[in-house]
Amino acid sequence: MSCAGVIEAYGLRAIGIGERLLPRSDFTLCDQVVLIGSGLIWNVYFGALALLFGFCFATLLAVARTSDHPLLRRPADWFVFVFRGSPLFIQFFIAYQAFVLLPREGIEFNLGLVEITAQTRWLTKAWAGALIVLFLNTSAYSAEIFTGALRAIPKGDLEAAEAYGMGPFQKFRRVTFPTMLRLGWPAYTNEAIFLFHATTLVFFSGFPAWQQQGDALYYASYFADKTFNPFIPYPIVAGYFVMLTLCVIGLFGAANRRLNRHLAPSQRPRLRIRPQLVR
Amino acid sequence: MFEFCTAPSALDDLRWMACYLTTGKQIAFYWSFGTVLLLLAVTAPAALAFGFLGALASRSRVAPLRWLGTAYTSMVRGIPDIIFFLFVPIALDQGLEWLRHKAKCPDWDQPVRQGSDFLVCAEAKLPLNTAPQWVHESYGFALAVLAFAVVFGAFAANVLSGAMRAVPRAQIETAEAYGMSHSQAVWRILVPQMWIYALPGLSNLWQILVKATPLLFLLGVQDIVYWARELGGSKTSTFAYPHPDWRLWYFLGLLVFYLALTSLSERVFARLSHRLSLGQATAAGEKHRKAAA
Repeated sequence: MSCAGVIEAYGLRAIGIGERLLPRSDFTLCDQVVLIGSGLIWNVYFGALALLFGFCFATLLAVARTSDHPLLRRPADWFVFVFRGSPLFIQFFIAYQAFVLLPREGIEFNLGLVEITAQTRWLTKAWAGALIVLFLNTSAYSAEIFTGALRAIPKGDLEAAEAYGMGPFQKFRRVTFPTMLRLGWPAYTNEAIFLFHATTLVFFSGFPAWQQQGDALYYASYFADKTFNPFIPYPIVAGYFVMLTLCVIGLFGAANRRLNRHLAPSQRPRLRIRPQLVR
Repeated sequence: MFEFCTAPSALDDLRWMACYLTTGKQIAFYWSFGTVLLLLAVTAPAALAFGFLGALASRSRVAPLRWLGTAYTSMVRGIPDIIFFLFVPIALDQGLEWLRHKAKCPDWDQPVRQGSDFLVCAEAKLPLNTAPQWVHESYGFALAVLAFAVVFGAFAANVLSGAMRAVPRAQIETAEAYGMSHSQAVWRILVPQMWIYALPGLSNLWQILVKATPLLFLLGVQDIVYWARELGGSKTSTFAYPHPDWRLWYFLGLLVFYLALTSLSERVFARLSHRLSLGQATAAGEKHRKAAA
C-alpha cells in the first residue's frame, strides 16, 4: 500500500473511520506515523474538552475556596485535596469500576407521573468516563492555581473598584476575574500542557479501548509490542507530543499577551514552562 | 492465619472477614505496599543524583556537556512521562543485551533484528534463562527504578539548576573575594545554599513521584495496583472465599493510602523547610534570626 493509501485507510482509524483491521505485519514507517497521528485525535479531544469544562468549574471552585462561608469552602477544599492528593491513574480505575457497577439497564427515576430512565452504559466508555475524570482532575489542579491567584490580587485594585461604586458582581467581572486570570496564567499554561500529557493515561488504566480505537500512545505501544522495537513508535509519539506542546504554548502565549496588554512591556510576566503539575 | 479458618464457608461474617483479610494472597498485597515504598526510597536519591549531575552539566563550561545537560532537562517538558516509562525499560533491556551479544558472541553472523524478533545468543540474555525466578523479578524492578530515575532526574535537574541560579550572586562573589577557586566556591558556597531554593520544587517533585508509583503496574511489576485488580475481581464459588467484584473497594483503599502519603509528606516538607531556612540569606532565615535575637 502506498503512503497515500495508508493515510486514507488509517488516517481516521482512531475514531472508527477507514480500515477495520489494524496492520498485522510488514509495518512501514508510514503505517506507524499515520496510525499514531490518528490516535492523537483522542488526546486533543480529551485535553481540549477537559480544559474547557475544567476552566469554568475551577473558577467556581476557586471562588468557593476563598469564600468566608464554611459550607462553600470546606467541600471545595476537600474536592481539591482528594483530586490533587491521589494519582490520576487510581482515579481512572475507581471511576471505571464505579461506572461499571451502575445498573446495566439504567437508573429509573419516578417523578410522580412520568418515569425517566437514565442510561448509564455510555459512562463506561472512555469518551465519556475518562473525560469526566480528566475534567474533575484538571478542575482541582486549576482551582489550586486560581485560588493562589485570587489571594494574590493587589488589594489596591479591589479598593479602587469599590471606590468606583462597583457592586460585588461587577467588581468580580471587571476586576477580580481578569486579574486572577492574568496572575494565574503562566501556571495555568503549565497545567494545560501536563493535562495533554495526562491524556495518554486513559487507555492504560481502567478504560478499555473499544474496537481498538485508542489514543496515540495506545497505537505506539501496539507497534512496540508487535515489532518488539521501541525505537521507532515511541520517538514518533514523542515527536507528536512535542508539536502538541508547542501548539499549546503558542495558544496560551497569545492569550497571555492579551491578558497583559495593558501593562508596560517590562512588567509583563513571561510564560515559563516548569514541570510542576504532573499527576 | 487463625485456627478457625479451616472451613471459611461455615463462618459468620466477622470471622469470615478476618480470615479473608489474612489469606496468603492478601498478605502478598500488603507486602506490595512495601514494594511501592521501596521504589520511592530507591528512586528519590537516584533521581536526585541524576538531577544534580544534569544541573551541573547544564551549567558546565564545556559546550557538548552543556548541550547534553540542557537536552536532558528540557526533554520532560514536551513529552509525556508515561512514554518514557514504556520506552526506557525496553530500550535499556535491548541495549544491554545487544552490548553483551557483541562482547560474548563475536562470531554470530545473523542480524539481531529479524522481522519482528530481537534475537541475541543465549549467553547474552539478561537475565540468563537459567537464572532463578527472583533474579527475573528483581531485574524487572531494577529496570523500572532506572526508568523512574531517568525521568524524575530530568525534573530534578530542572529544579536544581533553577535553585543554583537563585543563590544570590553576592555570595559567590564574596567567596571569590576570599580567594576560593571556582570549584571551592561551588562546593562550599553554592551547593550548601541552593537547597532552600530547591526545596519547594523538590517537595513538589516528591509528590509527583509518589503519584507516579502506580505506573509500576504498567511495567509489569507486581505492585499494589496489580494485586488490587487481582484480588478485587469477582471470585466464584470454586474459590475458598467467593465474593462479588470488589475492585472498587480495593481501589478506594489505594486512594486512601495515597492521600495519607501525600498529606504526610506535605507536613514533613513544611518542617524541613523551617529547618533549612535557618541561617539563610532569605526572608524566612531573617525571621528566624530575629526571633532568636
